[in-house]
Amino acid sequence: MANVKKSPWMMHYDGSSCNGCDIEVLACLTPLYDVERFGVINTGNPKHADILLITGSVNTQNEPVVKQIYEQMCNPKVVVAIGICACNGGVFKDCYNIKGGIDTTIPVDIYVPGCAARPEAIIDGVAKAVELLQKKSDALKEGKADEA
Amino acid sequence: MSDSLKMIISAIVYIIAAPLAGGLLAGIDRKITARMQGRQGPPLLQPFYDIKKLISKETVVVNKFEMVYLVTFLVFIILTGCLFFSGCDLLLIFFSLTTANIFLILSATSGNSPYAHMGAQREMMQMLAYEPMVLLTAVGFYLSTGSFKVNEIAKSTAPLPILFLPGVFVGFCFILTIKLRKHPFDLSTSHHAHQEMVKGITTEFSGQMFAIFEIAHWYETVFLMAFMGLFFINGKPHSVIIALIAIAVTYFVEILVDNTNARLKWQQMFRNSWIVTMVIGTVNVFLIDVIVKGVL
Amino acid sequence: MELKMILFLVLFPFVSAFFLSLTKNNSLRKAITYTSSVAVIGVSVMLALSYFSGGQKVLSFMVHTHEIDMLMLAVEAFLMALVVVLSFKYKKYYVALLSVAQTALMFWYELFKEPESELTHIYVDNLTIIMVLIIGIVGTLITVYAAGYMTDYSKHHTDVKDRRCFFFAMLYVFIGAMFGLVLSSNLIWIYFFWEITSVVSFLLIGYTRKPDAISNCFKALWMNLLGGLGFAIAIVYLGLVFGVTDLNELLKMNGHGVVLPVILIAFAALVKSAQLPFSSWLLGAMVAPTPSSALLHSATMVKAGVYMLLRLGPLMSGTYAGAMVSYIGGITFLAASMLAISVSDGKKVLAYSTISNLGLITACAGVGYEETIWSGILLVIFHAVSKSLLFQTVGAIENATGSRDIESMHGLVKRYPLLAWTLVIGIAGMYLAPFGMLLSKWAALKAFVDSGSIILVILICFGSATTLFYWTKWLGCVLSSTHRSRHRIDRTHKGEWLSLFSHTALMIVLCFAAPFISQTVLMPYIQGVYGYTNEVLSHDNIVIMIIMLVIFFIVPLVMFRISKKSKLKKADRYINGVNCGDQQSFVDSMGEPKTLYLSNWYLEDYFGEKKVGVPSVVITVILTVVPILIAMGGAVK
Repeated sequence: MANVKKSPWMMHYDGSSCNGCDIEVLACLTPLYDVERFGVINTGNPKHADILLITGSVNTQNEPVVKQIYEQMCNPKVVVAIGICACNGGVFKDCYNIKGGIDTTIPVDIYVPGCAARPEAIIDGVAKAVELLQKKSDALKEGKADEA
Repeated sequence: MSDSLKMIISAIVYIIAAPLAGGLLAGIDRKITARMQGRQGPPLLQPFYDIKKLISKETVVVNKFEMVYLVTFLVFIILTGCLFFSGCDLLLIFFSLTTANIFLILSATSGNSPYAHMGAQREMMQMLAYEPMVLLTAVGFYLSTGSFKVNEIAKSTAPLPILFLPGVFVGFCFILTIKLRKHPFDLSTSHHAHQEMVKGITTEFSGQMFAIFEIAHWYETVFLMAFMGLFFINGKPHSVIIALIAIAVTYFVEILVDNTNARLKWQQMFRNSWIVTMVIGTVNVFLIDVIVKGVL
Repeated sequence: MELKMILFLVLFPFVSAFFLSLTKNNSLRKAITYTSSVAVIGVSVMLALSYFSGGQKVLSFMVHTHEIDMLMLAVEAFLMALVVVLSFKYKKYYVALLSVAQTALMFWYELFKEPESELTHIYVDNLTIIMVLIIGIVGTLITVYAAGYMTDYSKHHTDVKDRRCFFFAMLYVFIGAMFGLVLSSNLIWIYFFWEITSVVSFLLIGYTRKPDAISNCFKALWMNLLGGLGFAIAIVYLGLVFGVTDLNELLKMNGHGVVLPVILIAFAALVKSAQLPFSSWLLGAMVAPTPSSALLHSATMVKAGVYMLLRLGPLMSGTYAGAMVSYIGGITFLAASMLAISVSDGKKVLAYSTISNLGLITACAGVGYEETIWSGILLVIFHAVSKSLLFQTVGAIENATGSRDIESMHGLVKRYPLLAWTLVIGIAGMYLAPFGMLLSKWAALKAFVDSGSIILVILICFGSATTLFYWTKWLGCVLSSTHRSRHRIDRTHKGEWLSLFSHTALMIVLCFAAPFISQTVLMPYIQGVYGYTNEVLSHDNIVIMIIMLVIFFIVPLVMFRISKKSKLKKADRYINGVNCGDQQSFVDSMGEPKTLYLSNWYLEDYFGEKKVGVPSVVITVILTVVPILIAMGGAVK
């Protein structure tokens, strides 16, 4: 059943970053790239979102926040780390307050490198995330069927 | 007996067809919106895909009452449309709609969530803003056609209701923007600019709950659009075509307004809608009263 | 047989009051209240049954009553003396003046001018029976509630001198006087009971003897005495000019001929039912213990006012007395419901909502069409039950939580589920779609359109919106909860529960029975008064109402069962990822937990006392004074 695939709603969280990737994520929504073509909706609410896009790295301040937002998303869910900072900390890696990439705090499914990540790359990452989301959704259903 | 059978059949047709029509309307809305913004936009059937996905998702609640109130909200919304399409009393229809909305507010406040709570307070503000106009509209229909009953209004031999009720029509279009949750009065759910208060009244609705909310909104949209059509219908068959055109134009104008306006503050919404109600709505009602009395 | 029952209803409460005033023992007091309550309810139901089984024939009794009249005069003199003494004690001399003026007027008329009449003094028709049932059932259940409530009250309020004997005695005197009022047809008798209710309410409001109680009770007294003076003048005028002092005789006259007395009686009734500009006495009455507020607001006092107005309705219809009454009612409906938005004290909200709903009833009476009288009576029934329920619940909540503020009722459904659900039923009864209040509001709206009073229609349209706001706000507040709010032990007394449950049951039964009541009780009454009836509730609308009511009860219940069984995952609410997880606080920018508090909106900039209160009082003062002056001018000519 191709149901999740057609309507991936994403939520965007900006961690400790220079805001470059942040702006590129928003660029995806502009008429030029128009991700709504694929049914993507940018929602601000983790309880509605399927895909969590994170730009920037994790620091001591935002670590519990990232964790809580991830926990409040409903299954199935996919996390996409966008930009090199989100992947492994990037140029901020050795700062005193930085923990590193997003995967130090929550499980990350897709990595989109780049500084800043290009909208094409981001869309590509989202497309991969959608495939994964579908798989997770099917797995979840089967899991439920097993339980019953 | 055949009358009540007709009523039941039209109610059932509404229950089945309204979500299809409503989803389609939502799809058209998103397509047109995208085109107005110079984008390609999602497929026409996108709203249905969304609902399908939402239903398949896991549902998380803050407490178990949320779901109870939300389903009651849906049932009352459906009842509202059923009553309308089976030709019942307009006032009863609006009371049912109001009751539905109260359950939505209860569902939002029951979680004690700050954004949902804020959304609920704004939703109440919206109700305060549009309720007088809604009741006045029903009164306007009664004065111009002599009946509160939808089927009698639709079959009346009088000229089209819009000829008596231009002011009421404008006033109702004004509050229709609130009811359809469109800019500039999209205060409680924040459809587009979500940064201010996340998703307002729907913040805590996840998965199936959000699907219920969306479906209810489709039902409501279909009902409201049909109600707009009532302004253009009388016993003559060709009036149905006029009504359909009017509905299409109204819906298009609503989308245009949605895309060309920034959101207003609730104070502005409240003040403006009461002023519109008081100035256009009441003057219109007074005039028809005078005309009707004069004719008699 | 019926006469005996009627006499029992009027006299027995006074007997109970006498015994209660002597009883210092709490359990003995409880026993007396319970038995009197059972007796009064039993007899009022019996009276209703025998009336209906007798084919709803209008009953009238007692022609020669000279001795009773003299006794009444003696009691009136006593009341006057009491008022004079108290007003001198507290230096409120103008109150004494009002009391002396009207009592002297009545003495003069009755002793020297009253013609011998061959008319009956007691009169029973459908409206009377409805009022008797309301007073009998709702009124005495409140005393049952009071038996439990006052025990806690005297524990919590140690600064107030315990005068419970007096309090209970006054409650029963009040009930007795109300029975007398609705069962009499002679205006002089009605006036007598009218004065008793004024004075007794004054004594009840001043129960605590604190400064605010004193000033509020004198406010209630002077306003009601002013109304009473109007009543007295009306009776004397009617007696001297037309030789009529019987209500039914008055109703048979031409409305345009008797505008002055009708407008004066209506004025007294407007004061009694706390219409603007005289609403402030009912708000002040809040300072008294809750049972007395419940009694004043639901079954008695204010209902005496609208009862008179509903009786006079057909006579006022189409005259400027009717216009005055209906516009004052409409404005009060809107203004009071706006003011209710701006306050957060639970009892104050209830008080404003009472004023607002009475405004609607008043407007109905003023228009005086058969549909409006129909919906007015229905409103009286539903309002009595639900308002009494609400006051008692708020009182119980206050005893349990120590506060009656709406804001402190957040999450009540988890802390005190039973109290919360009774409150919810009461609120639902006041404004939600399939319940009775809305039914009658709907009928009233329809009738106002028919009667061509577009201004009233507009007032109702706006007033409905504002009514929605304050109830929904309260409802949402009570029903909000998180899965970690804790349950508390409920110490509400059994007697209080007895009353609360009976009210709740009554409320639900009434909702389903409304069409039946309309058909068997109201329609014959309207037929009797107007000689014809219109179908107010059409058959399919009744069906829809019933469907809605069923949905209202069934869907939430079924859903509740389902959601209880289903394993929906529970999660914390969303607070930007900084929820502390204890459902009370979030992490602030300094990394410290901060308590989150969700408040309701009160819109004081729009609907506050200053914005709405003053202009509405000014308008209604003009609306009261001008018609009365015109009527006087007309009478002098």
